[in-house]
Amino acid sequence: MRRALLLAALLLPATALPAQARSEATTTPRKTATATTRKTLPKPAYHAADAPTNAPVAYVGGMKPVMDQGRYFHGILDQLEGRYAPGGTDFRWDGEAWYGGDYNRLWLKSEGTLEHGRLHDGDHELLYSRAVSPYWNVQAGVRADIDDGPTRTWGALGVQGLALYQFEFQATAYVSDRGRFASRIEGSYDFLLTNRLILQPQAEFNLYTRSDPARQVGAGLSDVDAGLRLRYEIWRKFAPYVAVSYAGYLTQARRIVHDQHGESGALRLTFGVRSWF
Amino acid sequence: MLIPSRNRGGLSRRRFVTGLGAGAAMAALPRPLHAHTPAAGQVPPVARARWDLRVGRARIEIDRKVLHAPCIGGDVPGPVLRWRENDTVCINVTNTLADEDTSIHWHGLRLPAGMDGVPGLSFAGIPPGQTFTYRFPVTQSGTYWYHSHSGMQEAQGLYGAIVIDPPVPDPQACARDYVILLSEWTDVPPMDMLSNLKMQDDYYVFRQRTLASLPREARGAGGTLAALKDRLAWSRMRMAATDIADVTGVIYTYLLNGHAPDMNWSALFSPGERVRLRFINAASMTFFDIRIPGLEMLVVAADGNAVEPVPVDEFRIGVAETYDVIVQPKEARAYTLFAQSEDRTGYARGTLAPQPGMSGPIPPMDPRPVRTMVDMGMGDMKPGSSMKDMPMADHAPDMQAPHGHSHPMPHHESSTMEGMDMTDHAPHAPMSDMQATTLEPAPHGHDTSMPRHEAGAMEDMNMENMHPAGHGHGMPMPEQGMDEPMHHPRTAPMHTHGAMHHDMPAPGMAPVLEVDDPGPPPLNVENQNIARMPTDRLASPGDGLEHNGRRVLNYSQLRATRPGSDPRPPTREIIMHLTGNMERYIWGFNGRKFSESGPIRLRRNERVRFTLINDTMMEHPIHLHGMWSELENGQGAYRPYKHTLISQPGSKLSYLVTADAPGLWAYHCHLMLHMETGMFRTVIVE
Repeated sequence: MRRALLLAALLLPATALPAQARSEATTTPRKTATATTRKTLPKPAYHAADAPTNAPVAYVGGMKPVMDQGRYFHGILDQLEGRYAPGGTDFRWDGEAWYGGDYNRLWLKSEGTLEHGRLHDGDHELLYSRAVSPYWNVQAGVRADIDDGPTRTWGALGVQGLALYQFEFQATAYVSDRGRFASRIEGSYDFLLTNRLILQPQAEFNLYTRSDPARQVGAGLSDVDAGLRLRYEIWRKFAPYVAVSYAGYLTQARRIVHDQHGESGALRLTFGVRSWF
Repeated sequence: MLIPSRNRGGLSRRRFVTGLGAGAAMAALPRPLHAHTPAAGQVPPVARARWDLRVGRARIEIDRKVLHAPCIGGDVPGPVLRWRENDTVCINVTNTLADEDTSIHWHGLRLPAGMDGVPGLSFAGIPPGQTFTYRFPVTQSGTYWYHSHSGMQEAQGLYGAIVIDPPVPDPQACARDYVILLSEWTDVPPMDMLSNLKMQDDYYVFRQRTLASLPREARGAGGTLAALKDRLAWSRMRMAATDIADVTGVIYTYLLNGHAPDMNWSALFSPGERVRLRFINAASMTFFDIRIPGLEMLVVAADGNAVEPVPVDEFRIGVAETYDVIVQPKEARAYTLFAQSEDRTGYARGTLAPQPGMSGPIPPMDPRPVRTMVDMGMGDMKPGSSMKDMPMADHAPDMQAPHGHSHPMPHHESSTMEGMDMTDHAPHAPMSDMQATTLEPAPHGHDTSMPRHEAGAMEDMNMENMHPAGHGHGMPMPEQGMDEPMHHPRTAPMHTHGAMHHDMPAPGMAPVLEVDDPGPPPLNVENQNIARMPTDRLASPGDGLEHNGRRVLNYSQLRATRPGSDPRPPTREIIMHLTGNMERYIWGFNGRKFSESGPIRLRRNERVRFTLINDTMMEHPIHLHGMWSELENGQGAYRPYKHTLISQPGSKLSYLVTADAPGLWAYHCHLMLHMETGMFRTVIVE
């Protein structure tokens, strides 16, 4: 059962990619076994007037008339929030930043929770991102779990992009130096109530092949962090929100946390700010 | 003629330089033009062949938005340059900017390539502190404009109007003659705009469909379910039907001759007089819809060239286009020049008045357009329906409904094609029949290329559900109809015309047409859509202007006053797909941006047909430097000569070019941010 879940998680990225790999391949038509008239037609010889050439154009002074290979730097804090509940209050962040051009970017992702002065669930990724289709990027790099628990490092490979119906989606598979595997799936959706008032359901799931009690990780579906955020975009780059959020451990991890006398899950009232630059 | 601004307590419209230092610096600058520069929009009284222009930055405040704008003589827009045809003009452009190059491009003018003013292509730009002398013979007359082609200076204020007198008296000469230069103003640097759009493509759009707007849409669509279905269809495509403009009135103030709407730029007339208004769209990202409530406008020139007068109530002017109109106000009252942006987030406004200080009523803005499946290049498909449901006829190549084609071509009887069984013939055989029987008499410029498209289309699809003329826009498809076989990535052979022309000797017909056909564009990082059924939209005035109860100009109405100077049929067709990925904010042609493409090479004096297929859901003003673009709009030899052509979303159009100007030329979308992100090609005429 767990295996099946994990497999599904790992396969998701592949299925989420639309049939995008068409790229230039479509310019050479494939045979379709249809009408007989086709046989009499010679193969279309597609040729673009602006096809790339090896002969460089001699631009005056070596100046390109437009610079379409600009590089950009942006960072976004999707979650910067306090979560309130009778049992305790904690503080969470989840954000990412990238630098690069249209195809190649360097990504930094970071998330973590501060609870009773202790940092947990802190992980940070440094990824190379490559645009591969209209809406999808493949990302590869390293992830380091750095917080109050023992540090773990992982190799990461995943996809990030915009799925059908405009769901933001990320799925990443991880392999640790100790031969363990893990996977994370994140999704969110912006539901516009008005042009500035936006309701955003969001969820993140973590899966592991082996348990790691020191980090409160259980085999299988280990933990979930979900929220329903109602933000108001005062301006695009600054949007305060209210939310209900749920963070909790599932299946085996739930037992591990229970045995450690930890809290296995809580629904909390949340206030925060979404901001980017 | 400085009209006090309501907002700023009587200060003149801008250019109040603060600080003694700055004032002294400005005073120290020689500004030779200022003494005899008429007020904005006033055509100088006489033409001059020699001009000195100084490019510098000046503090300019309009509508409380302060910019140290690169401009000429401290003015936005720059001076109106009045020239005379057949003169050789000499313009000294001095760059007084601190640390950046500049350039001036003479938009729409035919001149030696070295004078065109595009850094990298024509010359090396004008470095700070240096003067470049443009000297070229003026071989045309009409309304044009100039702007910087360096960096994004044009978006910040470096532009102005050009008026060229014809050598003989103008039959349309008017007692009053004004330039109406439209542009936009913001204090947001263009690079910041681009950066924001790379992060969030709808950053400046606050007109999305929302829960709050659902009831209204449901009423329009005839039911909540229908409205929801349409939304789902769009969100399935990961696009927004409300994508009208990338940059909007959220940051832009729209200007008329450099005046914000509340400054009310005014021009005078005496009742009964004919007044010529030379409209220029010098905006970098905005299309305007122009009308003068209460006045009929007579369109007499497009892009500098005279056309048979067309009386209209309204017209759309794409970025970089120019239109001359004549109005004849009879009453002694104020008339409002009203230019609303296509996305209806703002307007530019001025007044025609018998006396200074008057202002007319400002009409409310129209509702903003909403894109439909036509804009996605899906013909008349109902929103929400899928391409899968369509009788894609590669399974049934019978020609069931040729009348679905409904060409309003005079001699095109649908019955002539009825019963033709295309499947039994080699594809070129019925085509020559068609040429002989039906197509030849049609008085339009499409003498060679059309038949093959037709055959391709008819062979490949069951036309039943695809009446191009039957869709909601209700426009008569003037000549091409649905002349493109459906672009379908999975059945690429449908895109047959690339092959067909090669063995189409067509006895007695024009020479064989060589075709540079890129095929259907790839769906890749740089392209998110394929127009599967691009339609002819020349008879459509554009999204948001159809069925608004007014007579709105469309491209098929433009008819030149004299036949084209090059009667040769084209020997080559260059098909260009306009592509882009709005989500990533990358634009280009054929699924590639500029830096990943080669140049387009034209042979000297070659006669070329450019065919544009717009796979995006936005309008693109496509501009070829140095040569005319003769729009094939069904007017036969009287094709209108233009320098900038709006390609409507999901549309297909073609135009002819005579490559009579050797050198390197720019070819690009004139939306500044589209050009800068890759919708640009180098054209080499050798």
